[in-house]
Amino acid sequence: MSGVRHLYVHLPFCAHRCGYCDFVTAVGSLHRHGPYVDGLLAELELERGLLAVELDTVFLGGGTPTFTQPEVLSRLLAALPPAGEVTVEANPETVTPALAALLREGGVNRVSLGAQSFQPELLGILERVAGPDDVRRAVHTLRDAGFDNISLDLIYGIPGQGATDLERDLAEALALEPEHLSCYELEAKPGTRFTHAHGEELVRQAAAMEGYFERVVETLTGAGYRWYETANFCRRDPGRDLRAQHNLGYWHGRDYLGLGVGAVSTVRGRRWRTTPSVGRYLAALGEARRPARDVEELERATRQAERVLLGLRLDEPLSLDGLGDAVDAAGLERVERLGLAVREADTVVLTPLGRLLGGGVTVEVLA
Amino acid sequence: MDQQKIRNFSIIAHIDHGKSTLADRILEVTGTVSGREMRDQLLDSMELERERGITIKAQAVRVTWKGHELNLIDTPGHVDFTYEVSRSLQACEGAVLVVDAAQGVEAQTVANAYLAIENNLEIVPVVNKIDLPSADPEGTSAEIADLIGEQPDRVIRASAKTGLGVEELLDAVVERIPPPAGDPDGPGRALIFDSSYDQYRGVLAFVRVVDGTFRPRERLRAMAQGTRFETEELGFFSPTMKPAQTLSAGEVGYVITGLKDVSKLRVGDTLTTEANPAAEPLPGYKDVKPTVFAGLFPTDSDDYPELRDALDRLKLNDAALFYEPETSQALGFGFRCGFLGLLHMEIVRERLEREFDLDLLVTAPTVAYQVTTPIGELVEVHNPADMPDELERVDEPYIKASIIVPKEYVGAVMELNNDRRGRFDHMEYLSEQRVHLTYDLPLAEIVFDYYDQLKSRTRGYASFDYDLAGYTEGSLVRVDVLVGGEPVDALSLILPREGAYPRAKMLVERLREEIPRQFFDVAIQAAIGSRVIARETVKAKRKDVLAKCYGGDITRKRKLLEKQKKGKKRMKQVGSVEVPQEAFLAVLNLGDDKK
Repeated sequence: MSGVRHLYVHLPFCAHRCGYCDFVTAVGSLHRHGPYVDGLLAELELERGLLAVELDTVFLGGGTPTFTQPEVLSRLLAALPPAGEVTVEANPETVTPALAALLREGGVNRVSLGAQSFQPELLGILERVAGPDDVRRAVHTLRDAGFDNISLDLIYGIPGQGATDLERDLAEALALEPEHLSCYELEAKPGTRFTHAHGEELVRQAAAMEGYFERVVETLTGAGYRWYETANFCRRDPGRDLRAQHNLGYWHGRDYLGLGVGAVSTVRGRRWRTTPSVGRYLAALGEARRPARDVEELERATRQAERVLLGLRLDEPLSLDGLGDAVDAAGLERVERLGLAVREADTVVLTPLGRLLGGGVTVEVLA
Repeated sequence: MDQQKIRNFSIIAHIDHGKSTLADRILEVTGTVSGREMRDQLLDSMELERERGITIKAQAVRVTWKGHELNLIDTPGHVDFTYEVSRSLQACEGAVLVVDAAQGVEAQTVANAYLAIENNLEIVPVVNKIDLPSADPEGTSAEIADLIGEQPDRVIRASAKTGLGVEELLDAVVERIPPPAGDPDGPGRALIFDSSYDQYRGVLAFVRVVDGTFRPRERLRAMAQGTRFETEELGFFSPTMKPAQTLSAGEVGYVITGLKDVSKLRVGDTLTTEANPAAEPLPGYKDVKPTVFAGLFPTDSDDYPELRDALDRLKLNDAALFYEPETSQALGFGFRCGFLGLLHMEIVRERLEREFDLDLLVTAPTVAYQVTTPIGELVEVHNPADMPDELERVDEPYIKASIIVPKEYVGAVMELNNDRRGRFDHMEYLSEQRVHLTYDLPLAEIVFDYYDQLKSRTRGYASFDYDLAGYTEGSLVRVDVLVGGEPVDALSLILPREGAYPRAKMLVERLREEIPRQFFDVAIQAAIGSRVIARETVKAKRKDVLAKCYGGDITRKRKLLEKQKKGKKRMKQVGSVEVPQEAFLAVLNLGDDKK
């Protein structure tokens, strides 16, 4: 049995919790950074047997991984196994020349920067600490340090964001010439402070914002980017595949190991989520025990359905070989007839219109 | 038993005025049963009774009071069953009319009192709930006395809850209600006033013997229907089944027939003996016809056989239920069912869903139209989709509506009735505060949300009752609904020509709200013939994606899609458009235009 080639590491610490966030995060807690990384490394030792000798990708997500105290972060990076793509998520205000150098030193070769918007008022609504200048400065700092694979996260559909605001955000982002862009519609998740404060306004704006996704896709593909996944775009470079290789692993249905609080792993038909509690996580690992997990056994039919729902997010044809049971033939025929999908041999790929409606189209195609 | 010592009576009342409590108390006071046993026996708790292997509810209970045999005959409490009520009353010589001291005379009080008077019954009036702080025994007595032409001091004041006045009432039943007449030695005649089906014992008839004497193992015949059978057993309930050797003129009891189908023995028919048959049946038998119709479709079309079996089984115990197979392009295979009224429809639907665990889609109710075709043929139409395009005339059923309401709501009631094509008939003051209005209304206007509207416009104060009042020619049109260009048979409806446009407009607006956005624009049109009179568009979706989907999101996203897929499977396909089941109910709330 070949080992897992994708490793995710969760660093929950943030300087501040943004109103719209529903990730597992822990604010401040500087004194816990060291013990937490000790925990991560202990967990890595417990699970090392699952990993391949050589990894394809490592991804440090959060939280704000770059908020972690520098010496602690260094120690973690040094201890992680090497990989072809090593990505770290960063908030713009945390990016300093020293940090950039630390990341380079630690083997990081890709940075995903949470820009979100370039309009101060919109950043204010999102409760982001960084201003537009922080984003620009962060990109230049990373470039100066030699990073040649930078991704920017943008959020659209922010309360009060007009169509021209969206165009300005996209233009500002493109001006920085990132290798990769992730564009997410703001989701007002139930229970967040944000939904409490802005939910009604988002409902009012819903009709006006309906065309934003289309506009994002048109603008970015117009600028030469490849719309390779529902929410992700990359520059076309003849020498390099600039798609996010780590995330591509998820979308291709490969196994992955997740370390840290709230992290999810999927290995050989079994998925588990580690406890979100830092206290319980550290207590278990302090005794060299596995922290508590929620386990989900993935039946064959479930795995097939997931292959379909993930595969249809991509711009490359999905092979239906072996996925027949997960596909509703009549539904597939229907979306094909409506010009939302194209079948060739035993593959299927969504058309651009089909991808804008990808959720509903997938529901149609799934058995 | 000496005929002179028998008293047969019913208790009649508006809903919630205390009929069941009073019946309970009578059984208790006469020592027939203790309070708790009482509830088990008389309450309409079908599931409980089934657990004990009995599915028959006592429709008549025999009690003794001071040397007299009293038969208390139960009556259904609703307008849908007026015919059954009238048959139960025909089995009696008297009726106890119960009125809530805090509520006063209500529409059903009036309707029931008139029924009792028509049947020449001696009415024993009772003001109930006099122990309530809000009770007005004085005023209520005056209203009742006025209604039935009785002296106010003859109105008995009681509280069924505390038992106050119940003995006095029983004395009055004995004193005021005459004993039955009838010849115990003549040819046998027994009125069937109710019937019931039990899976072990077959059809059981509740009868009032008018003439002659009936015995077990006799050959009997139902005179109107011609059904023949041999009596397996007869007897009475007190409160449980007590077999007897005879049932003689004046007595009330049950007959076990061995028949397997309740429709063979209809309420109102007369039983006689084959050995010494009566020449004439008792008067008043009617073949009750359904007045309200609706399509019943299984939500999951695989459940069609279960629905058919369930209807077959309900029919065993409900002779008034009518059904025939119906095929709808939109809803698939189902049944067009006929009911005595809206309540009957509700009861059947509830039983199908609760007792048979079926998930049903019930189309908007409609009435039976009498259509004259251009060649002079008379056709009855139970389904709007069947209304022919070419016709000479259409007649629709009308009702005589009786509404009692505090005077400050008279305007609101008149406005509602005008909106519903009502014709004012009569208005009278029952007291300084309360007014009795009668209207002629098309039955079709009642089946659309009328009762809820009446209640909401009168803050719940109005009470309502009706009688069918024949057919009247109407200026009616069939309005078809097209979704994505495809006509949806299950949404067709028949509307008055004048007023078709605003309702059609409202209907397409409702549908636009109910039909989710699809991958393409969907036109929703209402048309009379080929002429479109209203149109709305459900705009195509422009975006439908789950933005983020990484390692930690997959399970959640998958479950979300699975849920959506499940929802989709519940939708009905109209052409290439998916229409949720709820949309088919949109027409139900069309009367709700005055919010």
